[in-house]
Amino acid sequence: MRIKSQKDFFSGLLFMVVGIAFAWGATNYKIGDAARMGPGYFPLMLGVLLAVLGVVVTFNALVVETEDGDPVGSIAWKPLFFIILANLTFGVLLGGLPSINLPYMGLTAAIIALTFIAALAGEEFRFKEVVVLAVILSVTCYLTFIVALKLQFPAWPAFIAG
Amino acid sequence: MDLFNNLAIGFGVAFTPINLLYAFVGCLLGTLIGVLPGIGPLATIAMLLPATYALPPVSALIMLAGIYYGAQYGGSTTAILVNLPGEASSVVTVIDGYQMARQGRAGPALAAAGLGSFFAGCVGTLVLAGFAVPLTEVAFKFGPAEYFSLMILGLIGAIVLASGSILKAVGMVLLGLLMGLVGTDVNSGVARFSFDIPELTDGIGFIVIGMGVFGYGEIISNLGKHESERKVFAAEVKGLMPTREDFRNMIPAILRGTLLGSSLGILPGGGATMAAFAAYTIEKKAKMRPGEVPFGKGNIRGVAGPESANNAASQTSFIPLLTLGIPPNAVMALMVGAMTIHNIQPGPQVMTSNPELFWGLIASMWIGNAMLIVLNLPLIGIWIKLLTVPYRWLFPAIVLFCAIGVYSTNNNTFDIWMVAIFGVIGYSFIKLGIEPAPLLLGFVLGPMMEENLRRALLLSRGDWSVFVTRGLSASLLAVAALLLVIVLLPAVKRKREEAFVEE
Repeated sequence: MRIKSQKDFFSGLLFMVVGIAFAWGATNYKIGDAARMGPGYFPLMLGVLLAVLGVVVTFNALVVETEDGDPVGSIAWKPLFFIILANLTFGVLLGGLPSINLPYMGLTAAIIALTFIAALAGEEFRFKEVVVLAVILSVTCYLTFIVALKLQFPAWPAFIAG
Repeated sequence: MDLFNNLAIGFGVAFTPINLLYAFVGCLLGTLIGVLPGIGPLATIAMLLPATYALPPVSALIMLAGIYYGAQYGGSTTAILVNLPGEASSVVTVIDGYQMARQGRAGPALAAAGLGSFFAGCVGTLVLAGFAVPLTEVAFKFGPAEYFSLMILGLIGAIVLASGSILKAVGMVLLGLLMGLVGTDVNSGVARFSFDIPELTDGIGFIVIGMGVFGYGEIISNLGKHESERKVFAAEVKGLMPTREDFRNMIPAILRGTLLGSSLGILPGGGATMAAFAAYTIEKKAKMRPGEVPFGKGNIRGVAGPESANNAASQTSFIPLLTLGIPPNAVMALMVGAMTIHNIQPGPQVMTSNPELFWGLIASMWIGNAMLIVLNLPLIGIWIKLLTVPYRWLFPAIVLFCAIGVYSTNNNTFDIWMVAIFGVIGYSFIKLGIEPAPLLLGFVLGPMMEENLRRALLLSRGDWSVFVTRGLSASLLAVAALLLVIVLLPAVKRKREEAFVEE
């Protein structure tokens, strides 16, 4: 059997898996009946619905003809990797990782790291431009979030601020 | 007249210097993100939500609302000058607007969009003010069964109007509803689907989903495409004034667009984008005057109609939110988040318990529209300059604001890890051709729906027929069913697919 629409096929699978997972998870809670619903009733209902819908979508993807097979297309691994990495690095630098005793480095370091890593996701990377951008963003954020809005962010690394 | 008294209270609130300032900031930001393709009001409002903690609630809502309707103005500038929709709702403006710019008539096109939006915004605000009181009275007759049915109607509306496959949109709504249930169940105190992670017992952060799916997902997908050449018609904007002939053509289009937009905005699931599509279709059907330029070749009606419609709809879509507490689209769902941050429960009681907030917000919309016309017509030069900023400078800044916004909601890095996960999920949705907006709506409505379903069935002792035996509830469900039947009709289905192909 040939997949007629790749996008729909995988969407259907996704719905099925998530639906079943939620429905199965819901059975761990009290279900109750319509008049006295337990915490599991509504999620079980929705989960089953979603799973059934997933089956229908997958079935359609195998049966209904499309012009070009509706391919998912190439995945933009580079932007995906760098954007997510930039985000995670930002979190680690800003908050530290208490579980491995990594102290925080503060907002400024986090912004500079984020700007550089995120910029790597683009088609071209011009070092000088990124430096300027990082400086502008750090100064603007320091002024808006710490000076003006007074949000409780550590601006500088733990070993400097003490 | 009560209405005038109320509006007087509203203007009293809106005209204070601080609120004028925030209305201005909102409109300015709205225009900015409207002009920039690739970032929309949804991501911006999600980003700024945390920053509004420190503000008084009225000012916060005034600013966030300004971003939404400001984006409708800004989006048209990009559509006309660059042949790219700055905002989803200006997709159809591209068709005739860009043609006008190519013929050296960018000025009149911008003026038609601006004046049309202004007129529509003023009418939309009046409709909002006029409808609010009677609808609130209806809302007090609503029991749990009616609320549940209304939410079904809203979700069906969102499904019908989502672009792409209807089945997949249903899936996204269900997925959203399920994700909304993560966290502590209010009735039994059981922490559901929290995997013993303490942060998850409070539920998944609304901002986390918004930023991950709409912010990061979009950026990754944009970067995956090759940078297309963006040509700006900066030099050719000379003389904004439309000719007398232009006025004669555009005035009826503006009136039709406003009427259509105001009514579509009220419907649950309706919103700016659909209103613009519908208005363009109607303009195409309306009779041509002798000597008029055909559509697709730079007809001014093709700019004036949709632009009026999307702006009218963006004002009236506040009606279901403010009177019933039900968000009709994803941006309004974010507004619910904004209101809850400030301990305001959206719904019919807002008008009586917070009259300054309610009427102040409405009055500020009129002021905001007046600011926007100034921002967008005489100051158009600034926005044209902005269009030349390359994307490679913008996206790291957007990533940064998302990250800061997410962190500052709870000052907790857990949210940053979550947003990374949702970024990946958001990108997969785009790759699978699923529109994510219905998910957010489902997410917000999930807990409300469960609550009302439980209450309705508790009162009826488990009898499901309660939803069809109560008149109001039955009619809401009937409308929902009708909507679904209409889109599934083969003729309409084909038309709908055609309309979205143009995107």
